[in-house]
Parts: sequence; C-alpha cells; structure tokens
Amino acid sequence: MTRFLAQRLGGSVIVLLGLSVITFLLARVVPSNAAAVFIGPRARPDDIARVTEQLGLNRPLPVQYVTYMSQMLTGDWGISIGTKRPVLGEILSRLPATLELIVAAMLIAIPLGLLLGIMSARRPGSISDVGVRVVTLIGVSLPAFFLGLILQLIFFRGLDLLPLAGRIDSDLRFTAPILPVTGFLTVDALLGLNAHGFLDVMWHLVLPALTLAAYPIGLIARMTRASMLETMSRDYVRTARAYGIGERRIHGRLALRNALLPVLTIIGLVLAYSLTGTFFVEVVFNWPGLGTLAVKSILNVDYPAIMGITLFGAAFYLLVNLVVDVLQAWLDPRIRLA
Amino acid sequence: MAIAEAAGEQLARRRAPFPMRAFVRDPLAIIGSVIVLLLIVLAVLGPIIAPYPGARGTGQIDVPSAYLPPSLSHFFGTDELGRDVFSRVILGARPALVVSVLVVGFAMLIGVPLGAIAGYRRGRIDGLIMRTTDLFLAFPPLLLAMVIVAALGPGLEHAAIALIISWWPWYTRIARAVTVSLREQPFVDAARAIGVRDMTIIRRHIVPNSLSPLVVQATVDVGTVILAAGSLAFIGLGARPPQPDWGLMVADGRSVILDQWWVSTFPGLAIFVTVLAFNLVGDVLLRVLDPRHGR
Repeated sequence: MTRFLAQRLGGSVIVLLGLSVITFLLARVVPSNAAAVFIGPRARPDDIARVTEQLGLNRPLPVQYVTYMSQMLTGDWGISIGTKRPVLGEILSRLPATLELIVAAMLIAIPLGLLLGIMSARRPGSISDVGVRVVTLIGVSLPAFFLGLILQLIFFRGLDLLPLAGRIDSDLRFTAPILPVTGFLTVDALLGLNAHGFLDVMWHLVLPALTLAAYPIGLIARMTRASMLETMSRDYVRTARAYGIGERRIHGRLALRNALLPVLTIIGLVLAYSLTGTFFVEVVFNWPGLGTLAVKSILNVDYPAIMGITLFGAAFYLLVNLVVDVLQAWLDPRIRLA
Repeated sequence: MAIAEAAGEQLARRRAPFPMRAFVRDPLAIIGSVIVLLLIVLAVLGPIIAPYPGARGTGQIDVPSAYLPPSLSHFFGTDELGRDVFSRVILGARPALVVSVLVVGFAMLIGVPLGAIAGYRRGRIDGLIMRTTDLFLAFPPLLLAMVIVAALGPGLEHAAIALIISWWPWYTRIARAVTVSLREQPFVDAARAIGVRDMTIIRRHIVPNSLSPLVVQATVDVGTVILAAGSLAFIGLGARPPQPDWGLMVADGRSVILDQWWVSTFPGLAIFVTVLAFNLVGDVLLRVLDPRHGR
C-alpha cells in the first residue's frame, strides 16, 4: 500500500508540473503582447516596458518558467489586475463559498443518485426503470445555467418561496450578523448559535445546490444501475439464488456492496466535475465563490488570476482523483497489486 | 464455396436485423431520432423556415416591438431588439450543429489514430501518447477550454478550437482500449503473419473494427459539445452578437428573466432538447451495440 501510494503521489506531481507548463505557455506565449495583456486595456508604453522587465518577458522561456514556478512555491501567485490584491489570498477567501456549495450539492446528489440507480436496477425494463432512465437522461442534458434560471423563475418569481441569489440576505448584517470564522457560513452561523442566520444561509443554498446536483444525480444513477446489473449477472449471485437466499438479501448484501466500487469512481469524477460546474451556477446565482472570480478574470483577461485559478482547480481535481484511486485500492486489493 | 456463401449469408441475416429491431422497438430511441432529424432539417432550411430571418440571417430587428410576450405572430415572443425569438431559435440550429459536428470530427481525427497507434505499438510510443492524454484530461472539464479561449480571445471559432484541444484525448483513450483487445484477435495475427505493414493493419483492420464504441461516444458528444459551447457562450466566451447562438441568447435574456421570461427560456429549451435527443440516441445505441449495458 505504501508503494502504491508513493507511485500515485509521484505521478500526480509530474502531471501537476506538466499542467503548470501548459498554463504558463497559454498565459505568456500565446497572447501576442503578454506585457500589455498583464497590465490590462489601458497600457501605456512605459508601463509595458516596466512590466516586461518585472515579469522577465525579455528573458529565455525556461528561465521565465523557473522564476514563475519558484514564486508560486513560495506563495507569491502574483497580483490580480482586476482587484489589485494577491491572487492566492483572493482564491482562498472565496474557496469556502464554493466548497460549501459543492458539499451541499453532493449531499443531495449522492443519496438520490444511488437510490434512483438501485431502484431501476431492481427490475430492469419495468416502468420504474424507464422512469428513472428518463429522469437521469434529463438530468445529464440540462444546461446548469438554464436550469438555474428556470428554478429562479419558478421558486422566486412564481412561488415567492426561495431567495433569488447570493449567500445571505442583505438585511441579515443588521438583524443577525454571522461572525466570520471558517468562511463556511453554515458552520459559522452554528458556531455563533445564530439560528436565524443558519436558516437564511440554508435557504439561499437550496436553489444553487439543486442546480449543481442535477448532472451528478443522473450520472451516479446511471452508473449505479449499470454496476448493479453487472454484479447481478455474476456466478455467485446465481449460486446464492440457488441456495434459496431471498432477493432482498441478494440485492442488499451481495450486489450492492460489490457494485459500489465503480460507483466510487463516478462519485470522484462527479465531485471533480462540480468544480467547473459551479462556475456557471455561481454566475447565475451571484455566488461569491471561485467560479464568479474565474469568469470575471477570464472576461477581463486578468492573467495572474487566470493562471492561479487554473492551477488551483487542476490541483484540486488531481487531489480528488488521487483520493479516489487510493480508496479504491484500499477497498479492492486487486488494484494495488496489479 | 457455396457453403461458405450460404453460411455468410445466414450469419449476416442473423446479425443485421437484431440491433435494428431493438432500436426501432424503443420509443425513447424513436423520439430521440425524430428530434435529431428535425434539427438537421432546421439546420439546412433554417433561413427559409424562420418567419423573420432578417437580412443577414440573424433575426429581423424591429426595436418598437421589443419584449413582446409570446403570441400567434411571435410564438416565442421578441427580445430586446424586437427580434422574433422563434426565428432566432430556428436559425441557431445551424451554427450549433455545425460547430459541434466539426469539434467532434476533428477531435476524432486527432484522437483515434493516436489511440490506435498507442494500443497497437505499445512500448515507448504508447507511454508517450497516453501520458500526454493524462495531462490534458487532468484539467477539470471545460477549464482548459476556458483558458484557451481567454488566450485566443472570445469568439465561436476560438471556442471550437479550444473544445477540440480539450476533447481529443477522450477518443485516444477509447481507441486505445479497443485496439488493445483487437490486437490479439486471430485476423490481426493473420495479417501480421503474411507481412502486412503495421500502419496498413491499423488502417484496414483496427480502426474499422473499433468504430462501434466510437460512434456511441461521438453521438453523445455532439450533444455534449453543444452544451459546452452553449456554456462558453453564456459566460461570454463563445459566439458574439448578433449571431443567433442559443447560449448567447440565454445570456442576453438573463437580466430580464423575471419579467420577460421567454427571451432566455426558449433558447435554453432548445439546448436542452437537442442535448437530450443526442443522449437518447446514444443511450439506445449503447444498449444495442454493447450487450453488457444490458437490456
């Protein structure tokens, strides 16, 4: 297990280095005048000369790359053109909002996806199976940005039930302020024993989390169904049937447990997908997270921020995949010994 | 000779009708296929069918009749410039389909040969190609495309290029997996034994025989690429105004969604229905062509 872990970790570091090269090339080489791009739209010639010197754009590429990477490793991710604040600080201050949204979406998607998948695998071809199939296909076909708008239309305009956008009500600052501790507003509200604030935060989470969960629900349900059916056709299930073990126990004890391994992979994939999925959900719901920052930076051609967010996102993605790989190997010895 | 012919014919008869029948029997497959056909018709004849196509095929501008709700003269209402949303949704079918078919086509053109070579040759080349795909697939989905568009500047062409660059590795993965299993088949061994060159074997035997999983993936991907291009356009990284692009139209109507709901809703529905149709067809193809996905 230690050897397996070391191998995977080493592989991830190499991939991360490769990613940093690609990101670096895209930011510094593809734009025709990188210095002008780094300053923004109102660049004057002497500014361009200064920034060219500052970024070392007149030096050979490998030297530029090494400088850039060593700065990143010391925590200097550059200054955002848009906000004039350090990129790393900006990312970390917005991370809790995004993570809170992703966790909320996963808490909806994983149980619901598993339930739908198990339901439809119970009797393939039955009405409930076809129903689940249609629902999951709709889930993976709905554009998140469109679903978000429609949910706003129904639950805010139509039913006047849920808030339109944002993380908290703007009045909450005066009536029941949440003291920032972790940045996760649900946790902070609970820590401050602020029931009113907690409810408000939860209320604001419902629509964005549902929007973000639609695609994962579909994917998890489809994978669970396929995996359950595959397991149900195995010899040991037939043997169990021959011994007269009830269908309920076969489903619950034998099939489900063995079917969960591929589902774990999909859950990892879905979790990683959610990172870019939130970008569009955050735009629709004015969610002050990484997504709105990413989109704003890309539209303003804010290169230091774009590079920072891209590498951060890629690292998060790699980490999730690594954790899934390790979990799988831990659950299934065949993987780590192969 | 005659026996072989008869046997071949029997085999062909036994094989061919089965998937076709399974496909036709599935109502979801029929619905999906009909929608896909309808989209192709709209893409070809859009400017003729659309009631208000406008001079440049982007929708007739008529500012005084801005934001009219859906009615008999404007089925889907009008937008902020008084353009007929119904016409623009129809006109949007062509760019959406053309871009996504091109993206999937080029991604396959790059990805499939690389995957076939990797799987057939194994060894160093395999390692090199597969590590490269690992690198591209290590970006969270769409993030690489977003960064490429940021570097090239927004626009439909740039979005398409960005999507090709981030899509080909998937086809390399699939083509390699299929090739590895085909490689050990007797007919490939036989070809090798009589001295057929590697590249010819890949072209004649490996690629044609790996088509069915690739076709399933490509069908689903045409829909997924429309979704991806729409997402890019929605955040301002795809098509530019006044192109009749569905994602862009949803973005345009976003600021008025609460009052003039029709401006965003109908183009959004167009994306949804299109993606759903391709998913339905792909889903049924998968069940028909690959029995492991059962029933």
